[in-house]
Amino acid sequence: MATMRASDDSGSAMMRHDETAVVTARARPGNGRRTGSTRVWLVSWAQVGPLALVLLLMFVLPAFLFVVVSFFDYDRIGVYPAFMLENYREVLTSSATLRVYLSSFKFAAIVWAITLLLGFNIAYFLIFHVRSATLRTVFFILCALPFFTSAIIRTIAWIPFLGRNGAFNQFIMGTGLTSQPLDFLLFSDFSVVVAYVHLYTLLMIGPIANSLSKIDKSVIEAAWDAGASRWQIMSNVVIPLSKTGIALGSVLVTTQVMGDFFVVRQMSGGQSASIVSALSNEIQSMQYPPAAANAVLLVIIVALMVACMMRIVDVRKELLK
Amino acid sequence: MAIEPVRSNPIDSRPWTFYVLGALFFAFLAFLYGPMFVIYVLSFQGPEGGVTFPMVGVSLEWFRDIARKGQMANIPPAFGRSMALAALVSMLTVFMSVAGAMAFRRRFPGAGLIFYVVIASLVMPSLLVGFGIGLSFQFLGLQPSLFTSALGAQLTWTLPFGLLAMFAVINRFNRAWEEAATDLGATPFQRLRYVTLPILLPGILGVAISAFTLSYDEYARTTLTIGSHNTLPLEIYALISSATSPTLFAIGTLTTLVSLGLIVLAVTFVWQMDRQRHARRGNEVEAPGDA
Repeated sequence: MATMRASDDSGSAMMRHDETAVVTARARPGNGRRTGSTRVWLVSWAQVGPLALVLLLMFVLPAFLFVVVSFFDYDRIGVYPAFMLENYREVLTSSATLRVYLSSFKFAAIVWAITLLLGFNIAYFLIFHVRSATLRTVFFILCALPFFTSAIIRTIAWIPFLGRNGAFNQFIMGTGLTSQPLDFLLFSDFSVVVAYVHLYTLLMIGPIANSLSKIDKSVIEAAWDAGASRWQIMSNVVIPLSKTGIALGSVLVTTQVMGDFFVVRQMSGGQSASIVSALSNEIQSMQYPPAAANAVLLVIIVALMVACMMRIVDVRKELLK
Repeated sequence: MAIEPVRSNPIDSRPWTFYVLGALFFAFLAFLYGPMFVIYVLSFQGPEGGVTFPMVGVSLEWFRDIARKGQMANIPPAFGRSMALAALVSMLTVFMSVAGAMAFRRRFPGAGLIFYVVIASLVMPSLLVGFGIGLSFQFLGLQPSLFTSALGAQLTWTLPFGLLAMFAVINRFNRAWEEAATDLGATPFQRLRYVTLPILLPGILGVAISAFTLSYDEYARTTLTIGSHNTLPLEIYALISSATSPTLFAIGTLTTLVSLGLIVLAVTFVWQMDRQRHARRGNEVEAPGDA
């Protein structure tokens, strides 16, 4: 499909005058290189410039700065330029680091599995089973609405629901299923996972639904006509064709969990810490260099995770297709 | 080998999976809305009631408590700051991500690098972005504030989001409209103004609303970059540990109403526009936006 469009473009572009060719080239992918003029590049740069500049000033340079600071020396009063690896040695040898990372990996893995399962099935339902376009839009909005409200409020909303005297315990005791309130519901690993799933499942649904909606229905019909079973269609057609969405959703969910500093702190009742909440304690006590070393470690690990998931699919190519 | 009966097409039939997935979907909606519904109900708790059920009467006591002087004194000004910042973030995000997405429709040198910076900015743990900006301001001897450091910190979150959303919007855009405009002699500006932007408008509005609420509810990036005057989420965050009254729920109900109000406004607007377009198309046959 993409190649067809490209060849079509080159045909029509050649027929026009030079000036129009430049104009049409701007509207299409793949033509910039051939018409090759700096003018086209300049337009692109002007368009992407403001965004790139903000990210350079507010993301790239600050990130670079905390890499630099991670090598600095410090005491109770201030931070001193130096080049020492002491901060890293401390971070990498402390058992607290290992513990907090293991706990975060555990949550990331559990939440990833649950949100993927939920997200894929819900996206599949919305795209393939809901036939009315209006109804589909309504369902999508229903899924997305909570995402537009405060994450803090959505997290603490679980407290009156899951607590000892909470709505859920009152309900199941009312039905006579148990006589004792269930204690593990709140301020436990369970409640942390529940809150994460509540917050982040939409990040899975969105990209996967986007991928699924691009699948040509006739491909599925062809597989069906060729005698494939439902499961074969699922595993050989639908899932491979939705892997961009799966990869993007996975990246979003796992990085959100790895970078969380609120949910674990609030929902575990102080029993476990997240990487970032440990780090924010260091920032609060003005220990910038060790905090920066911790930050660099976390960024490297998150980047490796993302790189692994991006290796599976070329997200950029897929997104811009 | 028995001849299989004519199999019903998987897209046209309703297999058992339809009912299973349908049930899953509605269970998910219950999961999504259940706990939030609990805090909305509890925010109308009677004056004698606590933070859990049962309801001891029904009152607006906890909403009044927000406006009262005292512990909640910071809430109204923080709300104002959050709204102002969110409006600015939303405008800048729309402008930059629409323009940026247009640029990415063609190849240009540096496109790959910028794309990966955008992804990095999206997946970078939020607090670390704020930490980096906070450190930078400290090293440069600048005071962090609402419209400098906090604005920048939030843009590192809304811009990648806006750009990726615009990619999805532009992917669905049929380039034939633009080609038709060019063939009819439109200048690049006319084509953008009368063809491309009107068609993309619902998507652009979606980005605007998303950016607004992402900013309005943001706390992890803002907390280290805000300086001395907190935004609403930071005030709420500070209240969680100290306040054990339904006031917190009342604030939650109110902020949810603000977000919902915006979305309803946007959906109505898009719907109205769609209707107008259809009405116009019914009356006259002409190129879209050829007014």
